[in-house]
Amino acid sequence: MKILVAVKEVAELAEQFDISGITIGEEYFQYDLNEWDSYAIEEAVQLNEAGLADEVVIATIGPERSEETIRTALAKGADRAVRVWDEALDDIEVLDLHGKVELLAAVVEHEEPDIVLTGVQAGDDQFGATGVALAERLEFGWAAVVNDLEVDSSGETISVRRELEGGIEELANVDVPAVLTIQTGINDPRYASLRSIRQAQRKEITTLSLEELGMNSSVVESPLELLGMAEPETEGTATYFEGEPEESASALASLLEGAGVVEI
Amino acid sequence: MSILVVAEHRDGDLRDVSFELLTAGVELASTLGDELHVAIINGDVDRFAAELNSEGVSAIHTIDHGDEFNHDVYCQIVSALCDRIDPSYVITPNSVNGLDYVPAVAQGLDLPLITNVVDVEHDGRLRATREMYGGKVETSVGTEAETALLMLRPGEWPTTHEPGDATVVSHEIEVDRDAVRSTVTGFDAVAADGIDISEAEFIVSIGRGIEDEDNLKLIEHLVDMTGGTLAASRPIVDNDWLPAHRQVGQSGKTVTPTVYLAIGISGAVQHVAGMKDSDIIVAINNDSNAPILDIADYAIVDDLFDVVPELIRECGGEPPGV
Ligand SMILES: Cc1cc2nc3c(=O)[nH]c(=O)nc-3n(C[C@H](O)[C@H](O)[C@H](O)COP(=O)(O)OP(=O)(O)OC[C@H]3O[C@@H](n4cnc5c(N)ncnc54)[C@H](O)[C@@H]3O)c2cc1C
Repeated sequence: MKILVAVKEVAELAEQFDISGITIGEEYFQYDLNEWDSYAIEEAVQLNEAGLADEVVIATIGPERSEETIRTALAKGADRAVRVWDEALDDIEVLDLHGKVELLAAVVEHEEPDIVLTGVQAGDDQFGATGVALAERLEFGWAAVVNDLEVDSSGETISVRRELEGGIEELANVDVPAVLTIQTGINDPRYASLRSIRQAQRKEITTLSLEELGMNSSVVESPLELLGMAEPETEGTATYFEGEPEESASALASLLEGAGVVEI
Repeated sequence: MSILVVAEHRDGDLRDVSFELLTAGVELASTLGDELHVAIINGDVDRFAAELNSEGVSAIHTIDHGDEFNHDVYCQIVSALCDRIDPSYVITPNSVNGLDYVPAVAQGLDLPLITNVVDVEHDGRLRATREMYGGKVETSVGTEAETALLMLRPGEWPTTHEPGDATVVSHEIEVDRDAVRSTVTGFDAVAADGIDISEAEFIVSIGRGIEDEDNLKLIEHLVDMTGGTLAASRPIVDNDWLPAHRQVGQSGKTVTPTVYLAIGISGAVQHVAGMKDSDIIVAINNDSNAPILDIADYAIVDDLFDVVPELIRECGGEPPGV
C-alpha cells in the first residue's frame, strides 16, 4: 500500500507587521510545515512502520523555498517527495481550489497511491477544502476532520472517526482509495532526530512544472480575486492592567476578588 | 435567480448555524432582489421545514434519503438540486460536516468556493470577508462568477426570524449508490469522565504559551491557590498534557463561568466558540495583537512566566520554580 501525504508550507505572521495595499512584506513572515500536515505525515509514517504501507510520498505545491520544509517532512520518516511549482504560480494572489486540485490530482494519477492524507486545513489561509475536493476529482472515497483511523485487513476500507462539534464523533467506513483530512491530536508527531535530518538530505525531491504535468497556465486561472486586506478593526473594549508584573498581577487579583471567584 | 441555503441538522435537531445561514441568505437575497430558497436533506424534513419557514424565504425544498448526514448523499443531492433550481449563490455552513461535502459539490459542479466566510456583500460582484493568519488579518475575496458556493462560519450572523409562508416542495432525487463510497456506522461521545468544566465558576485556561508540559505545574499551583478549575485550549489536549474533558472550544466544552482567565491562548475562533459567553474574560498574553484581546474584558499584555508567579504570590502562595 502506498500513501501520499499532501502538505503545505504555511506562512506565519510576525507579531507586528504592516499591510500595504493587499500585500504584507516578506520580512514579516516565517515559514513552517503546516501544523495539521505534521499529524498527517506522522499517521502515514506509523502505517508504514506497522507494515500496512510500504511507501510514503510527500506532495506539495510550493516554491523552491519550501524545500526546507519538505526536508523536515522527509526527516520525519517519509521516503521521497514531489514538489510542483511553476513561474505561472509566482504572481497568483489566491491559488483557487480547482487549480490546486488539478495539480495535486496530476501527481496522484502519476503516483497511484491507495491513501492520500492531508491536514484538515492550512493554518495560514484556513481554507479547509483541498482534500475533499481532490477526492471528488479523483472519484476516491473521503472523510474530513479525522481523529482516528484503522485500515481493515483486506485493505479495502478504512474505519475512521470524524470529530464533530461538541465532543461528538462520527464513526464511518470509507472505501479505498481514499483521501482523509487529518485533525490535530490524532497522534503524537515525532521530532526529527539529527540522524534522520542528515538522512533526509539524501532523499529524493522531484520537481515538476506545469508543462511536465502536461498542463498549461490556464489550469491555475482563478475565479477569485483578492480585493482587500486589513487588520480587523478591534471591537476590543478590554481594560489593560499595565506596569510591572507585580502591579498588573495585583490589579488582576483585586479583580478576581471583586468578582467573588477568589478569596484572598 | 435565487439564493439557496442548505440547512444542517444533527440527532433530530436543526443546528443553530442553519438559522444563521437563513439570516445571511435573507440579506443577500434582498440586496440582489432574488428569491431565497432553503434545502433540507434527510431527517424529519417536514418538521425542519416548518421550523425554517420564515419571513423572506420563498421556497423550501425537502429531500428525504435517510436520517442523518452522509457526505456522498449530500453531495449528490445538493448538486442535483443546483441543476434543478439554478441558484446564483449557494450558502452552506462552515461546520465539520460542511467541510465534508461542500468542497466536493464545488469540485463536481466546477464552481468557485469561498470558505470560512464571516461577512458577505454584493456591489455588482460578490465580496466575502474571511480571516487569515489566525485572525490577525482580514481579507476581502471577490468573484465575478455568477454562481458560487459560500461556506459561512458559525456564530457570525444572528438567528431571529419571523414566521413565513414559503411553499414546501418535496423532491425525489435518485442517489447513485455506486458513487456512495462511505457509510456512517454510528456516533460516540468523548468520554465525559472526571470533572465537568462547564459547571465551573472560575476557569483558569491554559494554551500553547505554556510551551512545555513541565511548566503546567505553575498553572496547577495557581489553580490550587485560587480554587479555580483548570481548562485548556486544544494543543494542550492534543499533546496529552491534559485530558479531553478539559478542552474548551468547538470540539470540546462550552463554558460560561463568571471569570474565564485565558493564559497563553491566542483566541482562535474554534476556541472562542466555547468561551465567548463567559461573564468576564481576562487574557494574559505577550502578543498585543492576539485576537483574544478583542473579546477580553481585562487584559495583561506581558509574559505569563512573569505574571503568573506574581499572581500566585498575590493569592498568598509561593510559585514553584519553572
Ligand atoms: C475543526 C477544528 C476544531 C478545533 N477545535 C478546537 C477546540 O475545541 N478548542 C481549541 O482551543 N482549539 C480548537 N481548534 C484549534 C484552533 O484553531 C487553534 O489552533 C487553537 O485554539 C490554538 O490554541 P492556543 O491559543 O493555545 O495556541 P496558539 O494559537 O499557538 O497561541 C498561543 C498564544 O500564547 C501566547 N504566548 C506565547 N508565549 C507566551 C508567554 N510566554 N506569555 C504569554 N503569552 C504567550 C502567544 O502570543 C499566542 O497568542 C480547532 C481547529 C479546527 C480546525
